[in-house]
Amino acid sequence: MLGKLADLAQAATIDLPLPLSKPLDWEGLKAALPSALAEALDDPRIRVAINGALLPNKAKLQAGAGDEIALLPPVSGG
Amino acid sequence: MRDIRLLDQMFLPGLLIGPFTQANKGLGGVCTFVGEVRYDEGVEALELTHYEPLTLPGMHALADRAFERFTLMGLLMVHRVGQMRPGEPIVCVSAAALHRRDAIDAVDFCMDHLKSAAWFWKREKRATQNGESEWHWIEPREQDHSDLARWES
Repeated sequence: MLGKLADLAQAATIDLPLPLSKPLDWEGLKAALPSALAEALDDPRIRVAINGALLPNKAKLQAGAGDEIALLPPVSGG
Repeated sequence: MRDIRLLDQMFLPGLLIGPFTQANKGLGGVCTFVGEVRYDEGVEALELTHYEPLTLPGMHALADRAFERFTLMGLLMVHRVGQMRPGEPIVCVSAAALHRRDAIDAVDFCMDHLKSAAWFWKREKRATQNGESEWHWIEPREQDHSDLARWES
């Protein structure tokens, strides 16, 4: 989790167990995360990357064992 | 000469700009922008977070686009991460070219993209009324997005 999403999660990283028989999808991810964080994630400005590659559509997330999912809030740099 | 870096320690822009200028023999002009942490009332520190797999590769992709769009001899793009105090440099972009317009516009282009489309998250440590301090995340500004839109033609 990056930026304020790490505050909502109260952690910078969280290890999640995989579902038994299928990849982790978007709804499964939200169900596994702290509710304050899960509720924030449908904001269209929040992007998702798997293993450093941005997803064009986060709702189609499919994550397997060992994958790193990054939750990226709107940026504010410079 | 292309030099793209993320730094987690304080840097002195002058020590980068001198060698960068020297490395681009025969240039016609150099334009440099240095951004520093402002002395805003009550702000004690600023922290920039990045995401390793995206942030530096994203800066390289931005540099590629600058080289495609402008006729450049060299580009220096250095960005801080970690905690900084007011007065410390955050970002330094310098472009060398045969002609001034390419150098000036390339720096402007890179800065507008670094401000609103690069993978950085910024928070400020501000003094509270009871004498302690708290961290606050900085939200993107509308102005940054309209600055970015200038380059979409």
